[in-house]
Amino acid sequence: MHLCGKEYVAVAELHRQVGHEELSDALGMFVGEIYQRPPLRSSVARRVRKRTVYYIEQLEVEDRRALLRIGCESGTYVRKLIHDIGLVLGVGAHMAELRRTRDGALVEQESFTLYDVAEAIQDLRASKDESKIRKVIRPLEEALLLLPSIYIKDSAVDAVCHGASVSIRGISKLDSPFAKREPVVVKSLKGECVALGRATMSSELMSTIESGIAVETRTVIMRPGTYPRMWRSHGARGR
Amino acid sequence: MSPASLSAVPWLREFIPVERERSETSASYGCAPQDRPLGQHILNGVINLDKPAGPTSHEVVAWLKKMLDVEVAGHSGTLGITGKSWRDRRVTRLYRECL
Repeated sequence: MHLCGKEYVAVAELHRQVGHEELSDALGMFVGEIYQRPPLRSSVARRVRKRTVYYIEQLEVEDRRALLRIGCESGTYVRKLIHDIGLVLGVGAHMAELRRTRDGALVEQESFTLYDVAEAIQDLRASKDESKIRKVIRPLEEALLLLPSIYIKDSAVDAVCHGASVSIRGISKLDSPFAKREPVVVKSLKGECVALGRATMSSELMSTIESGIAVETRTVIMRPGTYPRMWRSHGARGR
Repeated sequence: MSPASLSAVPWLREFIPVERERSETSASYGCAPQDRPLGQHILNGVINLDKPAGPTSHEVVAWLKKMLDVEVAGHSGTLGITGKSWRDRRVTRLYRECL
């Protein structure tokens, strides 16, 4: 999930008022590739990183407050972005409020509140009606819709569930195009997510090459034992 | 998925399926995502949650675990798996003063 683009709506509070044009110019400077040092209080190494800001839209400007819609690459700190915009404007700025409105394939319009969840559970308990809970809880595959999928044969599934890399020979189908090192979803032929991983080669190469390791498994999603074990451990060899 | 989620965003991509080797999948194990029985559906589900401002994501996830634990009795032991596949989505509730 931390792999796709995100969209936020944020309130930027400037510390002194600036002209419309000035603000637009400054915002324009932060669209495209930007360099950003993660803030002091952050959970990642504080190295300057490169991130892409896809768009910044001014929804409303009132005195020193600006309501912005920001589409950016995952790993962009919006609080920092707004701080830096303040620096460029020379007046200083901070982020007053923030709401994520989109994360990969998940959008705000299709979100549910805790009340919705409670109601769905109530329905299920009272009348065995599954329809609401199935609406509120979605198959996890839907959250991964924007990533390329690699479909593996039944015989390869259990090995991947145990953390093995995906070998070329285990692949039946794949989505194209993607580049080497890109995050991919490893799926069974039924479309179930088996694991998340990183492609060791481009989709082009992956669809033509004859053998080798295609995907490094990063996060296993499916429980081992769901599919039959069709691989042998090294210890069992030669017995 | 409905059109809203797939409306044009810069990070939206289109893929073309490429077949490497035709292979059949057996009906005796596994289950297509849309056909999972309820218990499985919940354990392999995501909630696109509009988190209220205030409580932390951790707190909200803990509440949800409790809520669903009560519901799907017998699955309490596997909540770790649920927790893993759950993603808590939203940052904060709508800004109030600005609009």
